[in-house]
Amino acid sequence: MSTIVDARGLSCPQPVLMTLDEIKKASQGEIEIRVDTDTSKENVSRAAESKGWAVKDVKEEGEGYRVTVSRD
Amino acid sequence: MGQVKNFFASRWGMIGVGAFIGVFAALLQKLGNPGNMGICVACFERDMAGAVGLHRAAVVQYMRPEIIGFVLGSLIAAYLFKEFRARAGSAPIVRFILGAFAMIGALVFLGCPWRALLRLAGGDGNALFGIAGLIVGIWIGTLFLKGGYNLGRSEKTHTSVGWLLPLTMLGFLILMLIFPQIKGEPKSGILFYSLKGPGAMHAPLVISLLVGLAVGFVAQRSRFCTMGAFRDLILFRQVHLFQGLLALAVAAFLTNLIVGQFHPGFVKQPVAHTMETWNFLGMVLAGLAFALAGGCPGRQLFLAGEGDGDAAVFVFGMIVGAGFAHNFALASSPKGVGPHGIAATIIGLLVCLFIGFTMRKQ
Repeated sequence: MSTIVDARGLSCPQPVLMTLDEIKKASQGEIEIRVDTDTSKENVSRAAESKGWAVKDVKEEGEGYRVTVSRD
Repeated sequence: MGQVKNFFASRWGMIGVGAFIGVFAALLQKLGNPGNMGICVACFERDMAGAVGLHRAAVVQYMRPEIIGFVLGSLIAAYLFKEFRARAGSAPIVRFILGAFAMIGALVFLGCPWRALLRLAGGDGNALFGIAGLIVGIWIGTLFLKGGYNLGRSEKTHTSVGWLLPLTMLGFLILMLIFPQIKGEPKSGILFYSLKGPGAMHAPLVISLLVGLAVGFVAQRSRFCTMGAFRDLILFRQVHLFQGLLALAVAAFLTNLIVGQFHPGFVKQPVAHTMETWNFLGMVLAGLAFALAGGCPGRQLFLAGEGDGDAAVFVFGMIVGAGFAHNFALASSPKGVGPHGIAATIIGLLVCLFIGFTMRKQ
């Protein structure tokens, strides 16, 4: 089961802050981040990659995206 | 990922956008815009407030086509790349107040973050105090963000909600075409124009509009944000946005050198004063307000162009704030701070602290 971060509707830099919080808590595994803008999609992907996590999947979902990042 | 990667959001895209803004800001100055003010979001919105008579400071009245272009350019980019998303409802009243005080702080310094960089690139040493203040203001903002400060979620809304600010800007452009500037006249129809001072200095309308549209387009794609540049550096040690900011300053500096607009010094700099403390504190206030609102004034225009109704409220807050700044003599002039500028800066800082301390989730 992956952890879910719901950052929809939140403005910068909240989605990144929330993603990094989860990354700090879980040293490995899978985190799914829900965002509603392209900016947030790019920002959380960039932030996760900077911490050594890989962007596994980006899916369009409703009015936004579901970004899955993971680290083994 | 099944999608074309957004080049502008890459490292070189960001640097390219910063350089583009820097070069064209310096060239707009060459073509008629005020000194070290090729582009200044705060000053230009203040001029627009003057053009519609929200304040009657005779030297700063002009409907700036650059600002109109920023919003409409962003709107076009957002539609072309299917990123237009009408959204609103994240504490709009707070965003309005933050916009108003951000403007008041910026007018104590005499410039938005973009102009702070352009002033430095033109040799104005006073800008150093403003930039230092901006960084301190943003740093205070990051402390609030770490402490759980949050204005809440926005909601998806009617497409037409996202259109309101772009339509207002289009309306301003139409007004400008119906009531064009008449040589030697302070008024044309319902619009006010300046006969002297910064408001009387401007590049030709078509050029200002085209540059504005181009900047709006590339800035929407790249998410260029001067406040975010410092915030991400302080909060996450991330240099992505900061590269764009550096590129802007370097490109403007080089262009200034080439066209003979680089004049290093502290005194007699264009549209600037030498009161270090208030250059610094004015921008502490502006930087803190931008950080609490999630974007520099340019970024708020681009967000509004892609459908963010809360960013649009921030923009209107800035325009109304400019009205207060000049009507209440809060804005600085080359002689120094306005008679009530110091009081307004202190009140603004207290208001921002109140917002930062009381609006948290945890």
